[in-house]
Amino acid sequence: MKNRPASMAAYLLQRIYLLLLFVFLATPMLIILVFSFDRNRFPSIPWGGFSLAWHQAIWTDSLVVDALWNSVLIAIGTAIISTALGFVAAYVDYRYRFRGQGLFVGLIAMPPAVPASILGMAMLAFLSRIGYSGRIDTIIACHVALATSFSMAIIRLRLGEIGSELEQAAWNLGASRFRAIVSVVVPFCRQSLIASFFLAAAISFDEFMIAWFVGGVHETISVRILNLLQGQVNPKINAIGTVVLLVSVVLVVVAQRFTRLHPPSGQLY
Amino acid sequence: MGVTAPLVVLEALEKSYGEHYAVRGIDLEIRTGEFIAIMGPSGCGKSTTLRLIAGLEDPTGGDIRIGGVSQRGIPAHERNTPMVWQNLALFPFLTAEGNVEFPLRMKGVTTAERRDRAQGWLNRVGLTGYGDRRIDQLSGGQKQRVAIARALVTEPRILLLDEPLSALDAHLRVRMQTELARLHRELGITFIYVTHAQSEAFALADRVVIMSEGTICQIGRPQDVYRAPKNAFVADFIGMNNLISGNVMGEANGVATLEGPLGRFAVPASKTPPVAGSAVRFVVAADQIDIKLADDPTAATLPVEGTVLGLEFVGSSMTVFVDVSGSPEFRVQKSQHEIEALGLVPGRKVRLGWQSRHAWLLPA
Repeated sequence: MKNRPASMAAYLLQRIYLLLLFVFLATPMLIILVFSFDRNRFPSIPWGGFSLAWHQAIWTDSLVVDALWNSVLIAIGTAIISTALGFVAAYVDYRYRFRGQGLFVGLIAMPPAVPASILGMAMLAFLSRIGYSGRIDTIIACHVALATSFSMAIIRLRLGEIGSELEQAAWNLGASRFRAIVSVVVPFCRQSLIASFFLAAAISFDEFMIAWFVGGVHETISVRILNLLQGQVNPKINAIGTVVLLVSVVLVVVAQRFTRLHPPSGQLY
Repeated sequence: MGVTAPLVVLEALEKSYGEHYAVRGIDLEIRTGEFIAIMGPSGCGKSTTLRLIAGLEDPTGGDIRIGGVSQRGIPAHERNTPMVWQNLALFPFLTAEGNVEFPLRMKGVTTAERRDRAQGWLNRVGLTGYGDRRIDQLSGGQKQRVAIARALVTEPRILLLDEPLSALDAHLRVRMQTELARLHRELGITFIYVTHAQSEAFALADRVVIMSEGTICQIGRPQDVYRAPKNAFVADFIGMNNLISGNVMGEANGVATLEGPLGRFAVPASKTPPVAGSAVRFVVAADQIDIKLADDPTAATLPVEGTVLGLEFVGSSMTVFVDVSGSPEFRVQKSQHEIEALGLVPGRKVRLGWQSRHAWLLPA
C-alpha cells in the first residue's frame, strides 16, 4: 500500500476539480434555468414563484422564433455538409499518399485555431466582395468551414481503425471503388458520421461571432440573444437561454454517445 | 482426361516498388482443380503473388492469364478471384449472413436468391442457425467458416487463401485443414494457398511452390521437394533436413566421394557430375538418419559422433537434436518408442549414420 497517499491525493483532486466545474459552469446554467421559471421580472432572491410566462413570451416574439428557426436550419445544413466534407477529407487522407498531405490536413484542421472575430471579419470582407454575404446559406458556408475540421477529426479517428484489408476485401468480392466506399467504408464509420453530424450541429447552433459578422439581417438565436442583451434587460433571455442550453446539451450528449471509441473486445473484424 | 490447358498462368510476373523487387519475374502454371501451396519465409513475395493474381496489385512486368485471358487492366472487382484473408477481413457491421451475401449483393443478385445461397453456404460450412449473429459474437473457428463461405458463395473457379489458418490455435488449425481439403475435393476448383507453415502446405497441396526473395526456388510435389530439394535454401526451409558440406574428391559410376569436416562420404551424384575439388553440400532427411548410443559396439560403423542436445515431440514422432563438432547441429527424427528404447537424454554420446542412397547432392 505504498502509493495509497498518492491515490488519495488523486482522488481528492478529482473531487475538487468536479466541484469547481460545477460551481463555475453548471451553476450559472442552473441559475438561468431556475430564473426562466421565475415570476419576477428581475432575477432576485427570494424566487417570485413558478411561472411559464417568459417561456410563453418567447414563442410569441417573432424575432426570437425566426432566429431559432434560422439557427435550426443553419445547424442542420452545416451538419450535413460538414459531415460529408469531413468524410471525404478523412477518406482522402486515409486512402491516398500525396505531396502536401500534411498541408491538406492542416488547412482543414486550422479554422478553429483562428480567433472567431478574425475569422468572422475575414469572411465578411471576402464574401461581401464577391456579393455573397447576408444570406442564410452564407452562414452555413462559414459554419461548414469551421465544423468540417471537427467532422474530419472524428471520422479520421474511426477510419484509423479500419485497417487496409477491409476495403480491399470488398474490391476482391466484387465491389467497385465507389461501391466499396458506400457499402463498406461508410457503414464502418457510421457511428462517427452520426457523432460528426450532431457535433457539427452543436457547433453551428452555439456559434455567435461568425453568424453575427456574415449574417446581415438574418439573425441566429445566439445573435438574437446578444441583441436582446444590448437593449434592456429582458427576462425572456433566461427562457431563451434555457431552450438553447437544452438543445446544445442534447446535441453534444448525442454526439458524445457516438464518439465513444469501440472497446477492444478482441478482434474488430 | 487428355491435356488440359492450365487455368492460371504466371508469365515472367514481376512487381517492384521503386528499387525494391517483391516478385522478380516468376513463371508458374496452375491446372484446373489443383491445390497449390506457395510457401516461403516472410517477405519472399508469396503474398504479393497472390495479390497480383487477385488484381489488388498491378504487375510492373510480365502477365497473368486466367483461363487463357490476360488479366492486364482488369480491376480486382471484375476478376472473381475471392480471397480468404489472414485476418479474415469480415465486415464487422454485417451479420454472418450479411457477410456471405455481400459478394452476391455486389453482383446484383436478387434479395431472395441471395438469402437462399448465403444460407446454403452457411449450412455447408456448418454454421446453420448462425446467420443472424454479429461477427463479434462468433468464435475464431466460426469466423473462419464465414470467411470461407463468403469467398465461395459466388462459385468461383479459383479460391485464393492467404495464410488463412495462422490466426487459429493449433487444434482448430488441424480441423480447418481437414475441412479445406474436403471442400477442395468436393468443389473441384483451384485452390492457391499461401503459407509459411510447411505442415499445412505438405498436408494439403498437390504441388508446392517454394519462393525466396521474389523468385521461385522449386516447384514440385511435396514428397519430391522433401526428398530432392533443389538447393540449400529449400533444404533448409523444409526444415527436417541435415546439410553436410564437403569437397569433391572424385566421381565414379554415378557416385561422388566427398571429404569434409565430418569425414569421407559417398553420395549419389546428380545428373550433372560435380567438378572434382569443388565445395558442395548434400542433404540427408532427418528421418533417414540412423542413431545409436556411442557405447553400443555395433555403432562403430556409423561415421559421425555427437552429443544429444535435446528432444522434441512432433506428434507421434520425436526429433533429437545432436551437437556435432564441425557442423551445424543434426536433426534426427524417429518414432517415440525407438527413442525411448535407446534411453536418449541430453548429454548422451551417440553415433549417427545413413545409407548413402539417402544422401541427396545439392547442385553446386
